[in-house]
Amino acid sequence: MSDHDHNRHGHHHHHGHDHSELSETELRVRALESILTEKGYVDPAALDVLIDLYEKKIGPRNGVRVVAKAWSDPAYRERLIKNATAAIAELDYSGRQGEHMVVVENTPEQHNMVVCTLCSCYPHPVLGLPPVWYKSAPYRSRAVADPRGVLKDFGVTLPETTKIRVWDSTAEVRYLVLPMRPEGTEGWSEEQLAELVTRDSMIGTGLPKQPSEIA
Amino acid sequence: MDGAHDMGGVKGFGPVVPEPNEPVFHDEWERRAFALTVAMARPGGWNIDMSRFARENRPPEDYLSKSYFELWLAGLETLMIERGLVTREEIEAGKVLSPPKPGVKPIAPNEVTPAIRRGGPTEREPKAPALFAIGETVRMKNIHPVTHTRLPQYVRGHLGTVELNHGCHVFPDTNSLGNGEDPQWLYTVRFDGPELWGKDSDPTLSVSVDAWESYLERVR
Repeated sequence: MSDHDHNRHGHHHHHGHDHSELSETELRVRALESILTEKGYVDPAALDVLIDLYEKKIGPRNGVRVVAKAWSDPAYRERLIKNATAAIAELDYSGRQGEHMVVVENTPEQHNMVVCTLCSCYPHPVLGLPPVWYKSAPYRSRAVADPRGVLKDFGVTLPETTKIRVWDSTAEVRYLVLPMRPEGTEGWSEEQLAELVTRDSMIGTGLPKQPSEIA
Repeated sequence: MDGAHDMGGVKGFGPVVPEPNEPVFHDEWERRAFALTVAMARPGGWNIDMSRFARENRPPEDYLSKSYFELWLAGLETLMIERGLVTREEIEAGKVLSPPKPGVKPIAPNEVTPAIRRGGPTEREPKAPALFAIGETVRMKNIHPVTHTRLPQYVRGHLGTVELNHGCHVFPDTNSLGNGEDPQWLYTVRFDGPELWGKDSDPTLSVSVDAWESYLERVR
């Protein structure tokens, strides 16, 4: 595969382009929206509401709250492992691309990583829309065969003895990783703990921040 | 279908390159293409399995040369043309050339948030008991349908262990064709790394897929 193909699929390729000239795709989408509006199939104001939802309300900060609560409240952690959909709904997160949730817990023995090799399945209510790398050919192809190599791309090295479990989201079940609570956080509040949770740690391609990193 | 979208285990795509502080969308057209696709599903009358098939059902070179939202756009155009909502000529001309299909109602702004919060659960009431038990060894069928399937090539023919039972779920292989939901038991089946990738596999690796009952074969 040439660099060209790799860049086309693995990365955003309109980055930094000249905004004074509209690309063919931009023109095509604009024209399509006006056709569908004129035909009465879409209301552009509804599109604005949708975009606002996914840019401002649905995002990884929701998942951060779930993880921080699980770290500080053992009863909640237990409900989350037992019935993730219901426990996540307790915090008022539910719906599209998160209808059937499963939370998988990292332990010193097992590290979990989530992928969708066939498309881009991702738990929207808790993590928002997936980043470009999650939808890219390099991640989708390698996560199931060489997860340690993928982790290296993220600067993460796990002990050789840690078992790695990869969850390929091939159905409508969506997976959220519950990372291990960092050591040295005894007595921390839920709000403090939330600062340690990263998006990637909830996908399994990263680890939570250490207390020293936010001091 | 055995297409370019089925990427598990394919070599040569290079490293994963995360983008620091990545925005949700990179361009205005991505926002609009995303929103148009989500907003057209109900008025257009297609389901999630039909949309997935519309995106993946194309020559490998086309699939691999399009960015993610370019694929969404191409899929949306296909679905609308198939249903007579717009014509290929209208899309190429960028303007309306034919009357709208009657009876198509748009999603109103105040319907958006409740619809997203509700989502589209796929679990259905079981009609028969599950055929496979947790802990049972199963073999994934070696099937190669030319239509939509959610059984990735890299697990076909391999032995795995049933680990979870998620209840009965809408079956994508029929639902994508408009042939009904045919709900089936859905299992998480786990495979050891060496079973999938041979003796050079990371020995600490195991991989699971979520698989409908008709993808599974009894071993004993």
